[in-house]
Amino acid sequence: MKVILKEEQIKKIINTLAKKVVKKYKNLNDLVIIGIYTNGVYIAQRLIEKIKKLTKKTVKLGYLDITFYRDDIGFKKEILQPKETKIDFDITDKDVLLVDDVIYTGRTIRAAMEQILEIGRPKSISVLVLIDRGLRELPIYAEFVGKKVKTTHNQQIELLLKETGGNDTIVLYKK
Amino acid sequence: MLKQTHKFTHKHLLGLEHLSKEDIELILDTAKPFKTLFTRTIKKVPTLRGRSVVLLFYEPSTRTRTSFELAAKRLSADTVNIAVQTSSVQKGESLIDTARTLESMKADFIVIRHSYSGAPYLLAKNVSSSIINAGDGFHEHPTQGLLDIFTIREKKKKIENLKVVIVGDILHSRVARSNLWGLTKINAKIVLCGPPTLIPKDIDKIFPQIDIEYNLDKAIKDADVINILRVQFERQLEHLFPSVREYSLLYGMTKERLAKAKNDVLILHPGPMNRGIEITTDVADSVNSVINEQVTNGIAVRMAVLYLLSLNH
Repeated sequence: MKVILKEEQIKKIINTLAKKVVKKYKNLNDLVIIGIYTNGVYIAQRLIEKIKKLTKKTVKLGYLDITFYRDDIGFKKEILQPKETKIDFDITDKDVLLVDDVIYTGRTIRAAMEQILEIGRPKSISVLVLIDRGLRELPIYAEFVGKKVKTTHNQQIELLLKETGGNDTIVLYKK
Repeated sequence: MLKQTHKFTHKHLLGLEHLSKEDIELILDTAKPFKTLFTRTIKKVPTLRGRSVVLLFYEPSTRTRTSFELAAKRLSADTVNIAVQTSSVQKGESLIDTARTLESMKADFIVIRHSYSGAPYLLAKNVSSSIINAGDGFHEHPTQGLLDIFTIREKKKKIENLKVVIVGDILHSRVARSNLWGLTKINAKIVLCGPPTLIPKDIDKIFPQIDIEYNLDKAIKDADVINILRVQFERQLEHLFPSVREYSLLYGMTKERLAKAKNDVLILHPGPMNRGIEITTDVADSVNSVINEQVTNGIAVRMAVLYLLSLNH
């Protein structure tokens, strides 16, 4: 097992990402942030906190569960407990920033985009992740990346965030 | 990553008798996110794209059949309705042969309603499709039980230790049996109420934890939930109670009676209602009534059932 990021580094990365987001989206009123369950939501909340500190503006947060949009239903036997997608605002003509913890094959983002496009017609969709571990299987691109990590398919990345009882470390280990 | 939860291992849904407390809770928890879809413009998700659901109803039904059909369609599955009256069943085809024909057409799910208790079991033994019981004889109607429990849990935030009164023709009611199995597993306190002739003998041997009370006014005192069953006139009840008028007088839910129960008591009815017989219009349309919500919740619960079974098909 290898520690990829520690508490201080995560803080720094979120700080940097928040600055990049503020720099790109000149009009923050048009920006909405959608966190993908579960860790994506926590990252999104931290990001919104930081943006608020930088600009005094509170960006709206939506919650997205992609279970019903997965492309492997019926192929895998595991059961995933779906959660409630909660987006209490209109996303049409907004800049949507999808936030997740790790980007890997790209299939989660694909499923998230499908669902977003059924809910409304945003002006744009971009992706922000804490970690890009490569190994994409679909032509999906994350515009905002906290840290790039080289991995193989038999490895797993786990986030031990404070929100879930951890101590804010991110580890890489063999499955 | 999403949290791995209780493992649901069932391929068929034949009755709540065979489900564990954890199975039932997983279905209810899964139904919740499906329900939130209903407020969207596009109420559909692609989850069961390419799967087929055959609705095989040997008994009349509006709400259950429509509810299953909408549930399947909102999951993007294809649905086929078999109208038994105009099918080969009229030429004498047996139930198993009909089901095998559907299996050969690669039906992933067969949703069956039949007047014989146990008909869905027969199918589950003989075909490879997933079988869902939509009501069999006097036996079970599991998705109705689940939607009743979902509705109660949504309103009362829990099931444990709630006093649930089930009123009416328990003897012929598959709804009552599914309620009994489901609710006792989650530790609700159940009171059965109705004319002695319509309460099955020895039911308290199967469910030792329940109470039986023949007087409705006594039964509904302190009740948190009253589930009113339909008087099933098609079941030849003439010899089981003296008159409809007497039944209404003793077991009909009226405004006056409701006033004697708790202010926040929930009134459930599986439908279709005989207004003025087991329930008066002012009760059916009162603030205590969740009858319309039961219908909405029914679709969400059936989506959850189809989704979870599809993982084991």
